[in-house]
Parts: sequence; structure tokens; C-alpha cells
Amino acid sequence: MVSRNKIVESIKNEVEIEKYVINLSSKHQRAIETKDLTISYNGKKNALNKTNLAFETNKITSLIGASGSGKSTFLRSLNLIHGENTLIGGQILYHGVNINDPSIDKFEVRRRIGMVFQRPNPFAKSIYNNITFALTQRAKYTKNQLDEIVESSLKQAALWDQVKDELNKSALSLSGGQQQRLVIARALALKPDILLLDEPASALDPKSTMQVEETMVNLKKDYTIIVVTHNMQQAARVSDYTAFFHMGNVIEYDLTRKIFTRPKVKLTSDYVAGNFG
Amino acid sequence: MFNSKQINKLAISFIYAIAIIVALILLFLVSNILINGIPEISWKFIASPSKTFEAGGGISVQLFNTIYLLILSMIISIPIALGAAIYLNEYAPKNDFISVLKTAIEVLSSLPSIVVGLFGFMFFVLKFNFGFSILSGSIALTFFNLPLLTRSIENSLAAIPNLQREAGAALGISRFETVIHVILPAALPSIITGIVLASGRVLGEAAALIFTAGQSSPNLDWLNLNPFSPHSPINPMRPAETLAVHIWKINSEATIPDATKISAGSSAVLLILVFIFNFLARYLGNKIYKKMTAGK
Amino acid sequence: MEQNELFKQLTKKSVASKKDIFGKYLSLSALILIGITVVAILFFVISRGLTTFTLDKINPFRFLFGTDWQPNNVDKNNNPLVGALPMIFGSFVITLLSALVAAPFAIGTAIFMTEVSNQRGAKIMQSVIELLVGIPSVVYGFIGLTVIVPFVRNTFGGSGFGILSGIIVLFVMILPTITSMSIDALNNVPKIYRESAYSIGATPWQTIYKVVLRSAIPGILTAIVFGLSRAFGEALAVQMVVGNSPVIPQNALSPAATLTSVLTQGIGNTTEGSLQNDVLWSLAMILLLMSLVFNLIIRKIGKKGEMKNNV
Repeated sequence: MVSRNKIVESIKNEVEIEKYVINLSSKHQRAIETKDLTISYNGKKNALNKTNLAFETNKITSLIGASGSGKSTFLRSLNLIHGENTLIGGQILYHGVNINDPSIDKFEVRRRIGMVFQRPNPFAKSIYNNITFALTQRAKYTKNQLDEIVESSLKQAALWDQVKDELNKSALSLSGGQQQRLVIARALALKPDILLLDEPASALDPKSTMQVEETMVNLKKDYTIIVVTHNMQQAARVSDYTAFFHMGNVIEYDLTRKIFTRPKVKLTSDYVAGNFG
Repeated sequence: MFNSKQINKLAISFIYAIAIIVALILLFLVSNILINGIPEISWKFIASPSKTFEAGGGISVQLFNTIYLLILSMIISIPIALGAAIYLNEYAPKNDFISVLKTAIEVLSSLPSIVVGLFGFMFFVLKFNFGFSILSGSIALTFFNLPLLTRSIENSLAAIPNLQREAGAALGISRFETVIHVILPAALPSIITGIVLASGRVLGEAAALIFTAGQSSPNLDWLNLNPFSPHSPINPMRPAETLAVHIWKINSEATIPDATKISAGSSAVLLILVFIFNFLARYLGNKIYKKMTAGK
Repeated sequence: MEQNELFKQLTKKSVASKKDIFGKYLSLSALILIGITVVAILFFVISRGLTTFTLDKINPFRFLFGTDWQPNNVDKNNNPLVGALPMIFGSFVITLLSALVAAPFAIGTAIFMTEVSNQRGAKIMQSVIELLVGIPSVVYGFIGLTVIVPFVRNTFGGSGFGILSGIIVLFVMILPTITSMSIDALNNVPKIYRESAYSIGATPWQTIYKVVLRSAIPGILTAIVFGLSRAFGEALAVQMVVGNSPVIPQNALSPAATLTSVLTQGIGNTTEGSLQNDVLWSLAMILLLMSLVFNLIIRKIGKKGEMKNNV
């Protein structure tokens, strides 16, 4: 109780918020990077203040922070899936190309930057059609090609062995954890290179959570993964980097092990220790 | 003086009484229509054409016209209502233009159907020279039908969770494809329920039709399927008196000696049709819903 | 170099974005089509209705307040006898009185369904209301003709055709409309209102009367105006029982005419473009304008209700 009051106090009194953001050196490849990214809804107060974050290729980065800290808002802006009344300022550099630009085709961006949400949202279609639907809307494929893609993406999501004999069953008949992995497979089928996960396991039971986490770690070699999570243990278990968000600001961004063992900012250590949030 | 408990008891019994009276009114209406009407219904009544000056006419042509007009007006109104509902629920930004269009739909739904019919008369029957015809009538019915149908489809679409739309968006699929392939199939049961309910309403409509589809019907040759022949049942340019218009007409012109009997029979047929549609709406809605959620 | 290639790929219009634009404008065109229809109806009916005053040079004041409706005849100053007051009066009287009778029944039934009855009773009444809605208006007219008119004749004398029969028929017709909208209004009252009333020891009736009904007033008013609007525009059922005599009625039993009944009877029997025809279109215009007025009232009540709830 005492420490909580102290934190609120210190935020109020500080004009400059103390921050620490790691600098990726040039030998680290950057899959996606934001420059002065600012987000506001309906012209109200900023949901996110100038944010500069770079994400290394083939690594898992966790975004942590309390509800309303701006981490989900940030994640959603990365593949331009934000709502109608959202204003985004600054740059989002995808392999160096600024995609926060009206000339960019957002559908193409979303194919390359896949996204998985908190609650599993398979279509009310068969398992097979869930995976092929987006593909067949984009181009023509032969049956063999589709079969191959279905198999490989289900394998990548570690679901193939469980569903290979019932691909024509409704996706809604799967368990929550299976549904979430199907949704991951569905995104992978489009051959993205970045995967955004918005609290992918928070609606799942512990066993399903473990399965989804394993899947994430296995996917790392081929994909860059950015995951929003409320679960500090999860962030510590799976991610290479962690960024801590607080009230629309990135307070600290560093290697995960540093964030959880020797954070440089007091606010981060308080949050990681569970003092608030 | 009464105390509050006694007042309470009195007031609650009063409310019970009102509800019972309303139920009795319905019971009286329905039993009156059915008791007087059903004895008049026979195969001959349903399958033979009406007569203008003598007793013993049937309603075969009117029954056919009613169904034909219903189907044609649905063919015209469903795509329009569907499009408008999709735009309103899936795309519409919040601006003045959209709120003017929404108001327009409300205005259309509040226009008296006789005014809609008169507009159809002036515009389609006279200006476009469609004459008193099935075509003019089904356009008038479309105007009458559109607001309700649009709103009902809009509600059906709104009931589908946003998760599905997000899923489509995250896969780089356009909103339109998501709507056509994901949202619409999921909303189909309740859309069908809405369409069948609207059909029940259209079946009984007469005021919009007396000056558009007309109050008479040529002699029909059921085997004549040439759509341009004036005696073909499927010719959309021929006048077509519906069952509801027939009931109104024989009662206000009184040229048939057995007008009351025929009206009673027709009313019963009409009422039974409307009930079948209402029942069908619920039954189909439930059935399709079960089928869709059971998984394939 | 690589970046240029990527930029090209990302800015190329994808199939999805083409389909998106296509779908957006296709569905918008359907909505606009409805909008154009409404504008066309308003424009043509109003401009047609105005010809009486522009082309035929009828004084609008004489039209609205004149009491003599004999479009085929002229008075001693050679002015056509086209006073529409009898029909305007008839429409208003029948509409208002039928809503006045229907409102207590509708509100009572709505209270029964939302506040008093158990689920089973509410379900039964729900079906009753739905069935009442389903009965076509000509069937109401026919029942009026065969049951209500003779009943009025035998009970009160006269021909039976007249204001009273019209009111009775319309009362039943608008009952389900007002009821189902009142149900929505009552259901919109937050549960917490009822709970807090009960918790301070109010009886069910006190809760209903002093808390629930009061906060549902805007919704119930809207329901009644909807009923009025429906009654005002109803044509055939009224025309079948009202007697169709375009004079200002002396009492509840005298035959009368309404805007809709005169229109229903007259349009087919006049020649397009004649004065007799033009004045009928003016009646149609009044009907249309009245439905706009009802619409406006409903909006005003809705806005007031919102404001009240926000305070």
C-alpha cells in the first residue's frame, strides 16, 4: 500500500519520465521499427506518446504493462488494423519502408504481418477452409498446393497430428487451445514474416497456454514475433526482448533477462515485482 | 381509504384484467375469421376464378397474383435491402450524409402505404406507362418493404461478433469478402427469419396495390407461359388483383351477391397464409441456427 | 535497392483492396437508391399536391378550413367547393381518439408482460401481440364491416358506419404497435431502479407507477406517437367502416370521412389533371406532411429522453 502511493506520487512530480531504451547495433537485423509513433483516438489525449522501438528479426519480443498502458494500441498499429477514428503520427518502418503512409496497401501489409488475438476467432468453417479461405480469396491455387499449405502450416503450429484426420470438421468443434493454434496456422499460411500476438494465451487454460508458448518458441527460427502479455512469467519464459509500457510511454526496453533481473528504471522494477498493475 | 397494500392489489388485478381483455380480443378476432371463413374454403373455392356479378366465384387468380407479387417484390427488395444494410453496418462512417440517409429510411417506413401506392400510380403506372401491372405493384411493395427489411438485416449483421471481422482483417482480406463469406453465412438464419416475417406483412398489404397492381385481373390461361401474352399468368405487365385487394374491392363495390361469404373465406385464407409465414419464420430460423452451430 | 522493391510491392493495389472498394461502393449505391426513392416520393407528391394552389389558384386557406367538399360544384362566386376541413377533422378525431383508447390497454399489457407476469404469461402475450400485428388491415376492415358496424347499429342506432366504428377498428389495429414499443421502453428502464425501490419498501405497484413508468415516459410517448402515425395513415380498414361522408361529424355515430378514405375512393374516379384530381393529391400531400410531422415529434421526444437520462 505504501509503495503504491509512492509511485503515483513520483509520476506526478516528474516532468521528464525516466526511460531506458536499448539500442540495437547495426549487426542486429531490424524486422520492424517505429519512429516517434504517436496514436490518439477521436482527437482525445494520446493513447501512445512518441514511441521509438526496433524489433530484431527472428526474436520474440514481449510488450508488458498494465491495462491501458498503450501496449495493445501499439501492437495493433503495427499491421494497420487500428479502428476508423485512430490518428497515427510518426513512422512505422517495415524492413525500412514506412508503412504508415496512405499509399501503402494495408491488405498487403496485413498479409506480411500476421496477427492473432486474445480470443480465438476461427471462422465458422471447416478446419481446412479456415486455412485456405484467405489464400483462395487472393489468388488461384491447385488442390495439391492448398493441401500442402494446410499441412505445413498446421505442422508449424503443432496442430497437424491432432487434426489431420478431421480437416473437414468445423473449426468451432476444437478446444480453445487448438482453436488458437489453428488461428496461428491460418496466419502462417499466408507466409508472413512477422507475427503479432495480442495476449494469445490469456483466454486459455494452463495446458493450452503451454502449447501455445511452445509453438511460439518453435516459430522463432522463421518469424519475428511480437507478443503482448499480462503474464510476466510468460514474458520471462518465451521472449528475448521485453518492452515495458506505462500510461502511453515505453519506460524500458531491454533484453528480457535484464528487465526481469536488473531493470534500470524504478517503475519497471516495481511493475515486474508486482507492486502495481 | 385504502392502504398501499390494497391499492397495490387492486392495481395489479387491473393490469391482469387488461392483459386478459387484449388476449380475448385476439381470440375473438381469430375465431371469428376462422369460424366464418373456414366453411367457405373448399378446393373449388381455391382453384376456380372469381366472378364479377354472380355468386359462387373462387379466388384462384387472386391467390396466384398474391404469391407472384410477393416473390417479384422480394426479388427486387432483397438485394437493395441487403446492400443498404451491409453499408450501414459494415462501412458507414458517422457523418451528416449517412444520418440523412438513415432519416430517409425512417421517413419511408413511416409513410402511409396509400401514399406509397399513389406515388407508384403517378410514377410507374402513368409516367413510365407500366399501367396497372404486376411490375408497378411489386415496385410499390418494394418501397413499402425496404425500410423494415433493411433494418432487420442490419440487426442480423450487427449480432455477429466483431471477432470474425477482426479475423478477416488480420488476414489481409477485405471487409467485403469477410462480409460475403463469413458474416453473411453466420447471419443467414436471422436474415431468413426477417425475410419471411416481411413476406407475411407484404401478403396482407392492399392500400399500396389498389392503384398500382390494379383491382382487376384478366382471364388467365394457366398453360400459357408466354410472358408477353396478356392472358399468361407470368406476364408481369398485366393487372393483378391480390387476395387482400379482392376482399376490399368486393366489399366496397358490392356487385357480387355472396361478397360476405367470399370475403370470409378469403380472409381466412389470408390469415392462415400469414400465420404459416410467421410460423415458418420461427421454425426455419431455429432449424438453420441449429444446423450452423452443430458443426459439419 | 531492396527497399525500393519492397515499397513497390507494398504500394501495388492488392486484389483485396480492389474488392474492398467495389463492395463499399456497391453497397453504398443500394443505400443511396433508397435515399433517392424517398426524395422522389417527397418531391413528386408535394409538387403534385401544390398544383391545386398554383395551377388551379385555390386559396390554401379556403382549402384547409373550408367545410364544403363538393369538388364537382362551385359556390355562388364561382369558387370550387373544395374545403378539406371535414376530412382533416375526421382524420384527427378518429386517430386521436383511437390512440386515447389504445394507450391504456397497450401500456397495461406492456406492464403486465415486463413487470407483473411470470415468463409463461409474458410469452403467451408476446404471441398474442405478434398475431395481432400479423392480421392484414383489410381483414380488420372486413371484421369491422361484418361485426363492429352491425354492433354499433344495434346498440346505438344509426347506420353503424361512422366515427365510432372507425375508432374501434383503429384501436385494435394500433394496439400491438403501441404495446410492443412500450415493452421496449419498459425493458430499457435499468433493473437497479426497481431494486432500489423495492429495497426501501415500495409495493410492486408503487414501484411500477412511481419509478418504472416515470422513467419510461419518453419511450411510451414515442410508442403512442407511432400508433398515431399508423392510425393516421391507415386507409382501407377505415374507409370500409367510416361511412365516407365528407361533412363535419355531429357526434360519434355520424358518418364521416378521413383523408385516406376520400383518397382511396376518389383517385380512381377522377381524371388526371382535373381540379377534382388535383385536390385529392393535395390531400395526399397533407397525409405525407403529417407523417413527417409525426417523425419529427418522435425524434424530438427521443432527444429529450436522451438528455434526461444523461443528467
